[in-house]
Amino acid sequence: MSVKILFFAGLREQLGTGAEQIELPPGISTVAALRAHLMARGGEWPTALGAQRALRVAVNQDMAQATTPVKAGDEVAFFPPVTGG
Amino acid sequence: MSVRVQQADFDLGAEIAALRAGNPKIGAIASFIGLVRDTNDGDSVATMTLEHYPGMTEKALEAIVDKALARWDILDALVVHRVGELRPTDQIVMVVVTSAHRGEAFAACEFIMDYLKTEAPFWKKEQTGQGERWVGARASDDDAAARWKQES
Repeated sequence: MSVKILFFAGLREQLGTGAEQIELPPGISTVAALRAHLMARGGEWPTALGAQRALRVAVNQDMAQATTPVKAGDEVAFFPPVTGG
Repeated sequence: MSVRVQQADFDLGAEIAALRAGNPKIGAIASFIGLVRDTNDGDSVATMTLEHYPGMTEKALEAIVDKALARWDILDALVVHRVGELRPTDQIVMVVVTSAHRGEAFAACEFIMDYLKTEAPFWKKEQTGQGERWVGARASDDDAAARWKQES
């Protein structure tokens, strides 16, 4: 299945990408599984998305948890804690 | 209820005039404006760049205002937040709340700002004498938002 993934702020800069449409292998059906899948790319990915990073994740523009389901056509965004206002 | 994300500056007086025009039920208006300071964490700030998540930002701000409207007896609320490059003394964010009495307006205005700081997807990057850096989230902002959960 295909999902859109987005990265913002320092994470976008570290990974050198802000948006990607990616095809996921079978079995990747949660936020945690998607994160692990991306970390397996190597290079900057395991550092940028590692558990030591206090990242936030949104699925279809709603804040999500590690267990939140990811389905075909979803928009999944990874970003650092917000600092607006 | 209205939320806006924009590069352009805003005018609190004009926004309040539009919000209260012809509404005799409004007895109180509380407002807040956040500004760019010239120093942060001991370093001088030359410029600040605000990034956001288009789409989710508006959705998150609307959800915060909806919570305020459900919790307090207020008449209306407006949030305007700027993005792009800003300089010290520039306005960043404005919240305006109208109500019949002041207590509700004060509380709802503070609630909206506290939640905006922790839930709306904006990120600040500072350009300082020491180079560029992303502003880190503050625990004190989480504490400020959490306070509203204990009091409810």
